[in-house]
Amino acid sequence: MTKIIKYVIADILRNRMVLVYTLFLLASSFTVFSLEDNSSKGLLSLLNIILIVVPLVSLIFSTIYVYNSAEFVELLVSQPLKRKSIWLSLFSGLAASLSIAFLIGAGIPLLIYQANMIGFTMIMVGIMLSIIFVSIALLATVNTRDKAKGIGVAVMLWLYFSLLFDGFVLFLLFQFADYPLEKPMIAVSALNPIDLSRILILLQLDVSAMMGYTGAVFKDFFGTSTGLIFSVTILFLWIALPVWFSTRQFNTKDL
Amino acid sequence: MGGRAEVKHCLFILSLFFCYATSAKTIHVGSSHPYKTVTAGLEAALAGDTVLVDAGHYKEKNLVINKRIFLIGINYPVLDGEKKYEIISIMADAVVVDGFKIIGSGISSLQDLSGIKIYDSKKVIVKNNILEDTFFGIYTQNGVDCTIENNRLISSSKGEQQNGNGIHCWKSEGMRIIGNQVTGHRDGIYLEFVTNSIIWRNTSIKNVRYGLHFMFSNDDTYVANVFSNNGSGVSVMFSQRIKMLSNYFEENWGDAAYGILLKEISDGYMEGNHFRKNTSAIYMEGANRILMKRNTFENNGWALKIQASCMDVVLEQNNFVGNTFDVGTNGSLVLNRFTNNYWDKYEGYDLDKDKIGDIPYRPVSMFSMIVEKYPTAMILFRTFITALLDKTEKILPSLTPENLKDTAPLMKKAF
Repeated sequence: MTKIIKYVIADILRNRMVLVYTLFLLASSFTVFSLEDNSSKGLLSLLNIILIVVPLVSLIFSTIYVYNSAEFVELLVSQPLKRKSIWLSLFSGLAASLSIAFLIGAGIPLLIYQANMIGFTMIMVGIMLSIIFVSIALLATVNTRDKAKGIGVAVMLWLYFSLLFDGFVLFLLFQFADYPLEKPMIAVSALNPIDLSRILILLQLDVSAMMGYTGAVFKDFFGTSTGLIFSVTILFLWIALPVWFSTRQFNTKDL
Repeated sequence: MGGRAEVKHCLFILSLFFCYATSAKTIHVGSSHPYKTVTAGLEAALAGDTVLVDAGHYKEKNLVINKRIFLIGINYPVLDGEKKYEIISIMADAVVVDGFKIIGSGISSLQDLSGIKIYDSKKVIVKNNILEDTFFGIYTQNGVDCTIENNRLISSSKGEQQNGNGIHCWKSEGMRIIGNQVTGHRDGIYLEFVTNSIIWRNTSIKNVRYGLHFMFSNDDTYVANVFSNNGSGVSVMFSQRIKMLSNYFEENWGDAAYGILLKEISDGYMEGNHFRKNTSAIYMEGANRILMKRNTFENNGWALKIQASCMDVVLEQNNFVGNTFDVGTNGSLVLNRFTNNYWDKYEGYDLDKDKIGDIPYRPVSMFSMIVEKYPTAMILFRTFITALLDKTEKILPSLTPENLKDTAPLMKKAF
């Protein structure tokens, strides 16, 4: 299995796409930190990169990579190898290379300019998001045979997680404004890994505003160790469940 | 002839002074002196005498000072109220109480028992005292031209009912409250019907309710005080012609905690104040004709919450840096003026290089209006969709008040 992972990583690196992604992250992170006069504004720009660009790149790149390596996967399947380990190595290879890309691209500038709790949380969240969207991409590809359709699904999924879901939540908030929604909102936020990550960072970044009544409800939950364990567990579930489902489907898939 | 009469006159007055000066005695109180208790010393003293108290632990119940006496402690003698009594009651003009450690007054909401209470007196000076666990700390009623200086007040009780105010002044005039430190009381400094007074260099930290609380107190000046970490920040109401200069309002966190709450304040002037890390730095309701100049708003949740009931509030040359929301409001009516402020969120340009942005800045974001109406929406803060909403609103204002804008925002910090 390690051999396949190594091969996948080597293949991805040869692809240069990840290299470009790393350089893009590196360039934009350094720019936002050195352009703005106070580093908190730089952090905000970086937050947008983490919440929007990282999921997008992870999703699209993984989808395309899996489709492009279809022949390689077929070749592997013909060997005396378990399908499960082939699929998991594919996942591990993608997750590892994208995480490393993020760690180098955004992690290094963060450690240089913001070596504190905020920076650390951002790095952790960025890595988690990279892995989560690789795992979601695998689930999307295993379900659609057609490449164009698969990429379409990936784009739709990204749109859903980063835009439509929040719009839907906003709509719910307006509709049920008369009810105490603080606690249900915590449950709803678990349904979107991007939201959950954003809240984790907000608790560090906008702590003064989060101390208002509603914010305080969130802070009382997410700010405590129980809340932290809850959110990290949910993020891990967002990695594990799609991988598990996709592995199950890949096992019985007619290639 | 006339000259000699004048000299005589002068000599007479001088001799009077001498008599007067020599008549003032100094009475020592302490275990090694004839007077063992402060009460005995006070009884023996006449107006104008000095009572010096040696270090020691004195349980004297209630000390009443009804003569003009200088009561001075050496090395902080302890006056213990045994949690039953009011410790010092001052009922004469020009009394000085200096250098005592006053502990454990009684608790009574009916009588407002205090560590030191000044009743209907003029020119009393209370300075350099340490007050620990008193119900009210230093209380003035009907005081005129009194000085409360360099005292340290600490209370460790928790509930609002079991806890009085640190420095409490009621119906007083010309007070000088200088360099005191108040911690753990209900309100750090409380003023009601107090006029023409100065509050200077005090620190009011970690009090249960407000750091500073005043009502119906006109013509007062607040300079270089620090109010931080108080339960509900600072609340000031129903007062006119207040000046606030170079004060610090810091780390007042909570939905009902404000750096400073201005309610029904008129003709105020605020300059050089620092607001840092408050949930809401300034909350204004029914405030009229207030000039705010050269203040710093840094890392607050809301720098300014200005309700539509405010009128003629002018903000100029303030710095707004790193606040989550710059301005929040509750209506579309704007009768206030923003000009020449520095906003770090300003995205305009300056083509003519006069250091003033060419397009106005709108400090109220669409999302802050949404949060004002639906507080739970805070969970969607900094999402892609709210950023999109904010951008469209910036181009075509519909929800945010059209007139709430800084027409001449600065490109660089005002100071």
